[in-house]
Amino acid sequence: MAMTDSDAAFVEFDRVQKSYDGEVLVVKDLNLQIAKGEFVTMLGPSGSGKTTCLMMLAGFETATHGDIKLGGVSINDIPPHKRGIGMVFQSYALFPHMTVGENLSFPLEVRGMGKDEREEKVRRALDMVQMGDFASRRPAQLSGGQQQRIALARALVFEPQVVLMDEPLGALDKQLREHMQFEIKHLHDSLGITVVYVTHDQSEALTMSDRVAVFDDGRIQQLAAPADLYERPENSFVAQFIGENNKLAGTVVALDGGNSKTEGKIATVQLEDGDTCQALAVKCGGPGSKTLVSIRPERVSVSADPGPNSTTAKVLELIYLGDHIRCRLNVHGNDEFVVKVPNAAGHKHLVVGETTQITWDAVDARALDPL
Amino acid sequence: MADATTNPTNTGLTTADGKPLKAALAHAQARSRRRAFLLVLPLLLFIVITFIVPIGQMLKRSVYNDGFTVQKNLTTGEKTPIMVNLANWFDENPAGTEPDETAFVALVEDLKTLKETRAAGQAGTRINYELPGSRSLFTQGARKAKKLQPPFKEALIELNPKWGDPKLWQVMRSASSNLTGTFFLAAMDRTRNADGDIMSVDEDHQIYLKLFGRTFMLSVLITVLTLILAYPIAHLLATLPLRYSNLLMIFVLLPFWTSLLVRTTSWMILLQSQGVLNDAMVAMGLIGNDNRIQMMYNKIGTVVAMTHILLPFMVLPLYSVMRPINPSYVRAARSLGATSWTAFRRIYFPQTVPGIAAGALLVFILAVGYYITPALVGGSDGTLISNLIAFHMQKSLNWSMAAALASLLLGGILILYWLYDRLVGIDNLKLG
Repeated sequence: MAMTDSDAAFVEFDRVQKSYDGEVLVVKDLNLQIAKGEFVTMLGPSGSGKTTCLMMLAGFETATHGDIKLGGVSINDIPPHKRGIGMVFQSYALFPHMTVGENLSFPLEVRGMGKDEREEKVRRALDMVQMGDFASRRPAQLSGGQQQRIALARALVFEPQVVLMDEPLGALDKQLREHMQFEIKHLHDSLGITVVYVTHDQSEALTMSDRVAVFDDGRIQQLAAPADLYERPENSFVAQFIGENNKLAGTVVALDGGNSKTEGKIATVQLEDGDTCQALAVKCGGPGSKTLVSIRPERVSVSADPGPNSTTAKVLELIYLGDHIRCRLNVHGNDEFVVKVPNAAGHKHLVVGETTQITWDAVDARALDPL
Repeated sequence: MADATTNPTNTGLTTADGKPLKAALAHAQARSRRRAFLLVLPLLLFIVITFIVPIGQMLKRSVYNDGFTVQKNLTTGEKTPIMVNLANWFDENPAGTEPDETAFVALVEDLKTLKETRAAGQAGTRINYELPGSRSLFTQGARKAKKLQPPFKEALIELNPKWGDPKLWQVMRSASSNLTGTFFLAAMDRTRNADGDIMSVDEDHQIYLKLFGRTFMLSVLITVLTLILAYPIAHLLATLPLRYSNLLMIFVLLPFWTSLLVRTTSWMILLQSQGVLNDAMVAMGLIGNDNRIQMMYNKIGTVVAMTHILLPFMVLPLYSVMRPINPSYVRAARSLGATSWTAFRRIYFPQTVPGIAAGALLVFILAVGYYITPALVGGSDGTLISNLIAFHMQKSLNWSMAAALASLLLGGILILYWLYDRLVGIDNLKLG
C-alpha cells in the first residue's frame, strides 16, 4: 500500500525523525503521504511535534533522520527559498516597513519578475482576498482579519504548489475565524493547491480538511477523513481528543467472531462495577487484557428498548442548550457519563435524581487501548 | 450638563455646576502636577546650575573678552577701564587709517594708565593671543611710557619698531571692543589683515581646521568600526536563548564596570612597541625585532582604544531594536523565495535602521568630544580637538579660544542632530 500511495504522493514524509538536543525525539518515525490538491491538517496538542513537521517541510528545520519529498524528489538539502512553498505564519509576518502592495510584490521581485507582470499579479491576488483597495496601506493600519487575508494573498501570489499554514487563524476572534475557515477552504477548492495546515483547534480541522493527521507524542495517532476520525477513532487518544467522549474502563472477557455487517469482532467487556457490556473490538487485546470503551454522547439513547448494552443510569445534572439537553449521568459507576438528548418533539423529560434506562448499540461502543 | 454632553459641537464645555470644563480639569490636576514638579525640581536646578549656565558662560566667553578694556582688581573686585584714549581714537577713525601722532599720544597716555593699574601684562596677553610676542611689547612700553618725549610716534617706534606694525594696530582696534569674533575666526584658522579683511592664516599655522577634520574623520571611522563589530554581537544577543544571551550581555557590559583609565592603560600595555602584541609577533617571527609596529601614540592607538570603549554604546541600541524583531519575518522572506542575503538586506536590515542611527549618533557624538583616551594614547598624531580645548583651558589660559572651539564643536553636533531628525526622525531613536 505504501508503494502505490507514494507514487501518487506529492508531499511525502518518509520515516522522518527530529531531535533538537540529541536526547529527546520531538518527531518519532513520521510517515505521511499527501496527494496533490489535498487539504491535510496536522492536529494535536501543543508540543506534539506538528509545527516541527511543518517547519521541516518549509526548510527551517532539518530532519535528523529520514526523507522529506516534494513531487517525488527529496528536498532535504534544498534551502527554503528554492522549495517554492508558500507559508502563512501565525503572526502573519507581514513586513512592517513595506506597504501591502510591496509585501505581495516581494516574492515576485526576488524571482526577477517584470514590473507590469508583478503589478498584475499583485492586483489579482488582492482581489482574490477582497482587499483590492488596500495595496498602499501599511500592515499596521489593518485589522487582524485584514492582515490575515494579506498574509494569505502573499503566500499565494507566486503560485506555489504547496501552501503551509501554521495556526493562521489563532489570533482572530471566533466569528472571524469561522468566516476565514470558509474562505480558505473556498480558495483551496478554486485554486487546486495542496495545503498543509497546522492547528490545535479540532473544529477547525474537521471543518476544513480532506484528511486530518492527529499528532501526539511525536507520532501520527490517526490519519483519516474528518468523519472517520470522529466516528471511528482508532485509539483512546483520538477518541478523547476529537469531540466529546464517554469512557468506561474494563477488561475484555470474550471476543466473538463478528459478522459481515460489522467491521470486526465484538468484545464482551467486564466493567469496573462488575457489569458487562459489548463493544466493537477496535484496539484491544484478547480476553484478559485491559481496555477502555469509548461511546459518543449522541449515540446513547435514553429509555429505549432493552438490549445488550442497556443499563440503569442516575441523572446527576441537566444543562439546557436549546437544540439538545446535556445530561450528566452515573453509568457503571462513572459520574462523568454524558448523554445528549435531542430536544425533539415528544422526547423524554428527565429530572435530576431520577433513575432511568439508557442503551447504545454495540458497534457505537469502541473497545480501545487503555490510556 | 445634559446640554454639554448632548452638544459636542459646543467648544465651551462646562461641568455640572457650570464651571468651564478646561478650568475644572486644570484645577483637578493642579495638585498632582505641583507634586510632580517638586519631584523633578532638584534635577532641574542641578541641570540649570551645572549645565545650562556653564554652557551659556562658555558661549559668551567665545565672543566676549574684556582683557583690553577693563582691569579687574582681584582683591577688591573693583573694575577700572583701561585703554580708554586709544578706544576713543579708534571710534573716531575708521579701520585702516594710518595711526597718526594723536593716536600715539592716546596710546602713550593709556600705557601710563597701564603702569599705574598694573594692567600691562593683562592687556599684552589679550593682544598676544592674536599677535604672538606682543606681551613684552606692552610691559616694556608701560614701563618706559613716562620717560617718553614727543613726538610720541617716533619715540615709541624707536623704543620698539613693532609699534609701527599696522597688524598690531588692527589687533588693538578689534581688542578695544569687548565683543569680538576673532576667536571664532582663529578657531577656523582665519584672521583679519591690517585692513580688517578676513583671510586664511599661513599654511604653517593652520592647526584647528586640520584638527577638526581629523576629529571628524576619526569619529566617522570609529563609528563605522563599532557598527561593524556591534551588529553581529547585537544580533546574537537578540536571538540566542536567554541563558546564553545573559552571559554575553555581561561580557558586553563588563567594560562599563571597569575604569576608563584601566581600559585605556590596558591598551597601552597591549599595543606599545615593547608591548604584548609586538612581542608576540616578534616571537612568532612575523616582524623583526628592530622594526616593531608603532601602534600606540598615534591614530591607530586612538582608534583601537576608542572603538573598544565606545562599543557598548552601539551594541545596546542595536540590541533593543533587534530583540523585538520576530524571527518569522526572515522565515517568511525565505519561504517567499529570498536568499538569506536578500532576506537580510530587504527585510531584517531595514527594521534595524533606527537602532543603527541611534547607535551611530551616540557613538559619533561621544567620539567627537572624547578627551581622556586620545590624551593618553594619541601622542601628537592622534589627538583630537577636545585635547586642544583642554590645552587652551589649562596651558595657554586662552579661555575665549577654548570656548570658541567648544562652541564650534557644539554647533557641529547640533547640525548633525538636526540632520538626523530630518533624515531618520528623532521619534525613531531607540536607545534601549
